[in-house]
Amino acid sequence: MSTVLLLVITGLGLGALYFLVASGLSLIYGLMGVLNFAHGSFLTIAAFIGWEVGRRVSDGTWWGLLVSALVGMVVGALVAAATEYFLIRRLYERHIEQALITVGLALATVALFEGIWGTDPIYTARPEWLTQTTEILGAKIPNDRFLLIAAAALVLGAIVLFLQRTRYGLIIRAGVENRSMVTALGIDVRRSFTLVFAIGGAAAGLGGVLASVYYGYVSAHLGSVLLIFAFIVTVIGGLGSLTGAAVASVLVAVLQQFANFYLGGTGDLVVVIALAAVLLVRPRGLMGKVA
Amino acid sequence: MSDPILVVERLYGRIAGQQVVEDVSFEVPSSGVTALLGRNGVGKTSTIKSILGLIDRSGTVRLAGDRIDRLPTHRIVQRGVGYVPEDREVFGGLTVAENLRLAERDANPRRELVERLFPDLHARRAQRAGTLSGGQQQMVSLARALINDNRLLLVDEPTKGLAPKIVDEVATALGEAARTVPILLVEQNLHVIRALADRVVVLSGGRVVFTGSAADLLDDESRVQRYLGVHDAADEASHDVGPAASVAEPSEGLR
Repeated sequence: MSTVLLLVITGLGLGALYFLVASGLSLIYGLMGVLNFAHGSFLTIAAFIGWEVGRRVSDGTWWGLLVSALVGMVVGALVAAATEYFLIRRLYERHIEQALITVGLALATVALFEGIWGTDPIYTARPEWLTQTTEILGAKIPNDRFLLIAAAALVLGAIVLFLQRTRYGLIIRAGVENRSMVTALGIDVRRSFTLVFAIGGAAAGLGGVLASVYYGYVSAHLGSVLLIFAFIVTVIGGLGSLTGAAVASVLVAVLQQFANFYLGGTGDLVVVIALAAVLLVRPRGLMGKVA
Repeated sequence: MSDPILVVERLYGRIAGQQVVEDVSFEVPSSGVTALLGRNGVGKTSTIKSILGLIDRSGTVRLAGDRIDRLPTHRIVQRGVGYVPEDREVFGGLTVAENLRLAERDANPRRELVERLFPDLHARRAQRAGTLSGGQQQMVSLARALINDNRLLLVDEPTKGLAPKIVDEVATALGEAARTVPILLVEQNLHVIRALADRVVVLSGGRVVFTGSAADLLDDESRVQRYLGVHDAADEASHDVGPAASVAEPSEGLR
């Protein structure tokens, strides 16, 4: 029982991390049809700069972590918005060029990060509580999982509130359904594109800082590793569906944890099999719209 | 006669590199309903989309004397062009109220007018538009265009696929709207055209082949047959038609 509980809660924690990356990917694809392979770079640069600022302010404390998270979100949002404005904006409806430029950006930035911060992981200091465990029904749960789950729940709630309660949210929801009709109502939908990139970048930035807490280090490849699973989650959840991304994040991560424990470390393989199964049985994903 | 609200000169439109509108020129007067007619596939919808910039186009389009052919779609609409697309294109995941709120551009949107014309929508304001019937979705689509004080409405096949009773309601709403705003109407139902249109522009092969009063076309059986490829059964019915008064037989349309 305690093992199952441990796997479920650690799975939820990992799923929270996936969701922070996948939420932006899903929104960006849903509104703009852009498969953003550079999304992991937003996460990585936010993690590095968040860590750099946080450790200078107060290394290994809650205050330092809070500063890191805020800086990471701002950096993620700014880098993502700049990417949309300077690179993607000219390439809407040109999917091959979009893929080429975002893949190129991802590769180039990894090389840039390695040039600046080196190729080895840099281990980070964390608040002491995050290095400890809490016992629930006999299961010793690492405390950082609770932080991840709380952060993802907050981000999900904030994005849902934004989408439901603001005019830009209304435009984005409509744009995900039918972009040209939004334009035909007299709305410059391209403004929303930058905003959606910024929101996705901020979530990824927070994900980057929290990933450094989860893994205990920052590295130039942090974003690349998480991006693969974020894409899987986005496809399984249904491209463009935020709720689908949230549900799939949890399912994928929990499945991964159980497979790793009970099937001899085959978590990644099982996730890929699950992806193939969903694509065969329900190509639009769990909650994606019909093409 | 006052200046036309819309002047289209040598308009060409392309979809995926294929010419779908070819050298189209016509005018829309500053009042009344101008029907854009033609057989299926002649480029009526593409002409509307070209005017709005929803597809690649070249040529000159003037709205109240100002060129709009180089403006992006949202800027054209912001200048006072309301659009009711073919197949409604309501946002199915949004509620009726959200669909209308999204369309509001003016500081004082005409919510009372919309509520008066479409009382059913007010009652269903919290319902997702995707769960409405086709007729109700058409009401939403029309309401989105009527909620702003536009200078011109582009209305594309508003009665397509609707039940006769709903066709009546749509025609009534358009008739009322036409009292205050000129309308360029793409329509296949000759009863609706006879009830609403003052002028007609007929397309064939992507070009304009006839321009004149609606009566000039519809009262001439040979022209109707030649340009539209149908027999206008309404000729045998009454010619004494007010808005929506003669649209009880929509099945006599072109389809």
